[in-house]
Amino acid sequence: MEPVIMNRGEVDLRVAIGSLELQNPVMTASGTFGYAREFEDFVDLRRLGAVVVKGISIAPRAGNPPPRIVETACGMLNAIGLENVGVDRFISEKMPYLSALGVPVIVNILGDCVEEYSRIAERLAQVEGVAAIEVNISCPNVKKGGVAFGADPKMAASVTSAVKQSCRVPVIVKLSPNVTDVTVMAKAVQDAGADAVSLINTLIGMAIDLRSRRPRLANIFGGLSGPAIKPVALRMVYQVAQAVTIPIIGIGGIATTEDAMEFMLAGASAVQVGTANFVNPRASEDVVDGIAAYVREQQLGSVRDLIGALLVG
Amino acid sequence: MSQFQKKVELVRSEVIARDVVRLTLNAPEIAAAAMPGQFVMIQTAPGKDPLLRRPFSIHQTSSEGYLQILFKVVGRGTQLLAQCRVGEKLSLLGPLGKGFVLCERGNACLVGGGMGIAPMLFLASRFQQQARYGAAPKVILGARNREELVPLISDFQNLGLEVLAATDDGSFGHHGLVTDVLKKMNIGPDFTVYSCGPRPMMAAIHHLCLKENIHCQVSVETVMACGMGACLGCAVPLKAGGYAHACSDGPVFEAGELLWSL
Repeated sequence: MEPVIMNRGEVDLRVAIGSLELQNPVMTASGTFGYAREFEDFVDLRRLGAVVVKGISIAPRAGNPPPRIVETACGMLNAIGLENVGVDRFISEKMPYLSALGVPVIVNILGDCVEEYSRIAERLAQVEGVAAIEVNISCPNVKKGGVAFGADPKMAASVTSAVKQSCRVPVIVKLSPNVTDVTVMAKAVQDAGADAVSLINTLIGMAIDLRSRRPRLANIFGGLSGPAIKPVALRMVYQVAQAVTIPIIGIGGIATTEDAMEFMLAGASAVQVGTANFVNPRASEDVVDGIAAYVREQQLGSVRDLIGALLVG
Repeated sequence: MSQFQKKVELVRSEVIARDVVRLTLNAPEIAAAAMPGQFVMIQTAPGKDPLLRRPFSIHQTSSEGYLQILFKVVGRGTQLLAQCRVGEKLSLLGPLGKGFVLCERGNACLVGGGMGIAPMLFLASRFQQQARYGAAPKVILGARNREELVPLISDFQNLGLEVLAATDDGSFGHHGLVTDVLKKMNIGPDFTVYSCGPRPMMAAIHHLCLKENIHCQVSVETVMACGMGACLGCAVPLKAGGYAHACSDGPVFEAGELLWSL
């Protein structure tokens, strides 16, 4: 990254995700920030490192029947069912606002089969303002009996290379934590050409209502997110950081500046604020402020000095 | 849009009946922007557990900047709110959602059941304050018993409104359902019914209105994480298929748009 002259009082918060340069390492996590406009009353969107929007599929998806969410101890389970407006409406209705924001827009994509992923990537590749694509590989592969792409290194690699071949923007692969060894997946997608990995997606869980003896979610299972999953996420980011050379974006229970910086120490070049947006819609901007204050107070040359700077042993 | 995230002071906490609490908050920006049927999300405790805010319809606002919520203690979040002391600060997000559409033509009938009475007071006062809405709305309120219902009626009477009451146990007003009272009123298509309450109550009101060709708006309650259209957790099944979202498309809907058979 080229050095720049900082004005008095300014700090260098820039980080790079492959060829994508961000003004700071703070992004919003897909599915927790809508299409950004929902937060415009609360957040100065232009101050974020990047906005990652709700996952997009080829065709619109209605999502799962309710109840779709349930609160758990220090967290929540969701089974939204990937409800989204579909790629065409996303491009015509949501992109004009997003591309006018002046921050990098990262579009999260999902599909039922490899071809669907590449078709969405092809469509998005033609759209101005799409800075990068984040590939959700936690979806079931319909053609392979519903096994999640992210649970099989070969399938994860084939989705990654298909998306890479379909677009020129950096490709970030969002890893599932619901695997035996996350480093195997990280290496597989790195070898398949991924420019970065983001992790972790939600942990599969369930909740039961004792009175009715029924699952609390109509879908029975849901994805656990929030502060409850932070230790698992930190561990996986740390492991992946030892295993790959591509940049890592840390996700999982990040609500404060301290959380974000812990992920950077573990090896993340950037972070995503997720469930915290539901509680404090200004959480992402608060983390930007907090990191800037820390870098200033500690007189770090750059926020990049934190990346992987964990002292072990 | 004008939505706010504010730390606001609790100025009054009243136990209205057993497990029924009314909080008065000094929230001038949110109170000034609020419309009947809209809601606020409130953090019930600092820290990470309970993690999520809880949604509450706005019960009443005042020109001095006060905002009231009315709720029953049903779990840990509401328990924590009920224990809040005057002078404490609470984090509020709001006003959120789409409220009632106040029809200027014809007559209005407001039907509230249980804690569904909460948004009806705000709606009634808006009808009463603004002359263009014509005749005073008819008000039907229902609850389990006298203890729960009587303390809530006086606020409507103070607006100069006559209240028809129904209780499940017959301890006050009609012994039975608010729908029985509504049926007996013999209202016609010149009316709009505004309703909030338990789902079976609203379903019954919807079917009655459908039969009599009466326009009906309902305010629905769902679980919610964000309250602002981001999490998509508050799905409400639609008659035409697919889902709406209670927080951003509602919580007030045209009754005919919703799927009631679930």
